[in-house]
Amino acid sequence: MTRTSAIYNLWSGLLFGLGMVAFIDEVLFHQLLHWHHFYDKSTTDVGLVSDGLFHAFSWFSTIASLFMLAGLRKNHSFWLKRWLGGVFLGAGVFQLYDGVVQHKLMRIHQIRYVENVAVYDWIWGVVAVSMIILGSFLTLQTRRGSI
Amino acid sequence: MMLLLVTVVTIMLYCWCGIRTSQSARLRNWPISRYALFAAGICSISVALSFHAQSHHNFQVHMFVHLLLGMLAPLLLVLSAPITLLLRTLPVSFARFLTRLLKLRFVSFVTHPFVAMLLNFGGLWILYQTILFEWMHTFSIVNVAVHVHLFTAGFVFTSSVLYIDPVPHRFSFRFRALVMILGFTLHSILSKIIYSASLPGVPIADAKQGAVFMYYGGDLIDACLIGAFCFQWYRKSMVHVPLNESLSNT
Repeated sequence: MTRTSAIYNLWSGLLFGLGMVAFIDEVLFHQLLHWHHFYDKSTTDVGLVSDGLFHAFSWFSTIASLFMLAGLRKNHSFWLKRWLGGVFLGAGVFQLYDGVVQHKLMRIHQIRYVENVAVYDWIWGVVAVSMIILGSFLTLQTRRGSI
Repeated sequence: MMLLLVTVVTIMLYCWCGIRTSQSARLRNWPISRYALFAAGICSISVALSFHAQSHHNFQVHMFVHLLLGMLAPLLLVLSAPITLLLRTLPVSFARFLTRLLKLRFVSFVTHPFVAMLLNFGGLWILYQTILFEWMHTFSIVNVAVHVHLFTAGFVFTSSVLYIDPVPHRFSFRFRALVMILGFTLHSILSKIIYSASLPGVPIADAKQGAVFMYYGGDLIDACLIGAFCFQWYRKSMVHVPLNESLSNT
C-alpha cells in the first residue's frame, strides 16, 4: 500500500460518509418520515447559507467519492478497512456539525417538532460521537501496514 | 407547428453535419450517442417553449420550463459537442475564423468558470429578487430576453465547467468543482428564499411547490452534470493515480 493510495482511500471514505449522512437525512427524515421541514421560519441567514453550502458540497462529494472508489478498485489499491474508517469519520463529523451547529445554533430546523426534542438531540449526538470514535479507531489502526 | 418544424430542421442539420464529416477519411466517425444527446437537448428546448404560455399563470409550470431551458437542455447540448462538429464541418478558413472568435478576450472572460457561474446563477437572483420578475410578465421583450439569457447562461456555464468542446484556457478540475459547488449553493439558497417569501403575483402555495421543484429538480440535473464531470476526472486521473501493483513490483 503506497502512501498516496492510503490517503486516497481515506478521502474517498470521508467524502462518501459525509454525503451518505446528508442523503439519509434527506430521504429518511425529510421525505419518508416528514420529521424535518423544507424550510423553518426560525432559520438564521447564516444557517441558510451554511445549509446551502453543505447541501451542494455533500451532493458533489457523494458522487465524486464513488468515482474515487472506482479508481482505487481498478488499480487494485482499494483498502476496505481504511475506507470504512473514513466513512464513519466523515459521517460522524457531519452529523455532529448538523446536530449541534446547524440545528441548535443556526436553527435551520429541528430533528422533530415535538415536546421532548432534547431526547432526539441526545440520541443524534451520541450516534455521531460513536461514529467518530469508531472511525478514528479504524483510521489509526490502518495508519501503517498493508492489505 | 412552426416550433416543430424548427426542431426537426435543427436536428436534421446536426445529423447531416455528423454523417457528412464521418465520410471523410481523415476524421473519425461522429459518435452515435452525440446525435441522441443533441436531439434530446433540442427536444427539451421545444418542450419548454411549448409550455411557455401556461407558465405565465402557473409558477410550477414556470419552474418546469426553467429547469428544461436553463439546465437540462444546456447539459445535453454541451455533451453533444456542437462546436467541435461545427469546426469539422466548416471549410478551413471559416473554422479558423471561428477559433479566432473563441479566443477573443471577451469570450475568454465570459467563459471563465467563475464569471459564467455568476452570470448564470446571479442572473437567477436578479430575476427573482428584483422588479425584473414583474417586468417579465408585463413586457414581452423582457420575457424573451430573460429566456434567451437563461438558456445562453446555462450553456456557457455548463461548457465552462465540463470540457467537451475545445477550450483555449483550461482550468483545473479542483477549481471547476469549487465553482460548481458555489453555483449549486446559490441555486439552493434562492429556492429556499422563494419558498419562504414567495414572489409578487404568485400565490403562496404555488410558490412553495415551485420552489421545492426548483430545489430537487435542480439537484437531479446537477447530479448528471457532476457525474459527467467526475467521469472525465476519473478517466484522466487513472493515468496519474499510483498503481499499487506496479509500484510494489519495482
